[in-house]
Amino acid sequence: MARSNKPLVWSLFAAGGTVAAFVLPALVLITLMAGYGHAPEALNYETMRAFAGGWLGKLVVFGVISLCLWHAAHRLRTALHGLGLRADRAVAVAGYGIAAIGTLLSVYYLLRI
Amino acid sequence: MIEKSLIKPFVREVPRTTWYLTRRRDRVHMAQELSSVFIGGYALLLLWGVKALAAGPEAYQAFLTSLGSPLSLGLHWLVLTVTLFHTVSWFGVTPKAMPVQIGEEFLPGGIIVGGHYVIWIAISLFILFVAGVFNGG
Repeated sequence: MARSNKPLVWSLFAAGGTVAAFVLPALVLITLMAGYGHAPEALNYETMRAFAGGWLGKLVVFGVISLCLWHAAHRLRTALHGLGLRADRAVAVAGYGIAAIGTLLSVYYLLRI
Repeated sequence: MIEKSLIKPFVREVPRTTWYLTRRRDRVHMAQELSSVFIGGYALLLLWGVKALAAGPEAYQAFLTSLGSPLSLGLHWLVLTVTLFHTVSWFGVTPKAMPVQIGEEFLPGGIIVGGHYVIWIAISLFILFVAGVFNGG
């Protein structure tokens, strides 16, 4: 498992990995069903609006998206190092940068619902 | 000062870009690391969905329709496989990542891993139930 001396980065990585492990397979299954034209009821516009309209729903959506992004950014960084790419600074800036922008955008969109 | 030529350090040659191909555990480790690409990609898909939801009914419907493209379906099967692999491998290291000590003894690893599977199945069924997957049609 990837390790970092920075506790914050590592906590986000671990939290994201845990959230991804527990909820992503079920979520992927749901969007896969939607792709085949069998979207579950809750995926309709009104229900999703109501879900993301509440603070608990916003928190859940924000948590899943941002933590998965931070997890991926950190792990991709160690993966690229393992693959022999010696440009850690650029990789870190790009990866964490995308995760940060994604996190801010999720807040922006959620506040407009 | 010591002359350089007198001391010749032993340097083991490790191919920088292909070292992980030799041993199985290294291959598994690299596969785990690369699962991040798909997890990050799926998080961006969810973000796109939230954007569409905020934009209104038409944008949201377009998002749902786009999920049915051949590219989306193919990637979904790939992401489903990768996330299941991530779940299994993530739970597999939990006894080492967060050992549970009760008194003098450590809780056996199998119980910690098994507990994670039980919670995972419960959470997954809850999500699918709330989403209405079991409502038929």
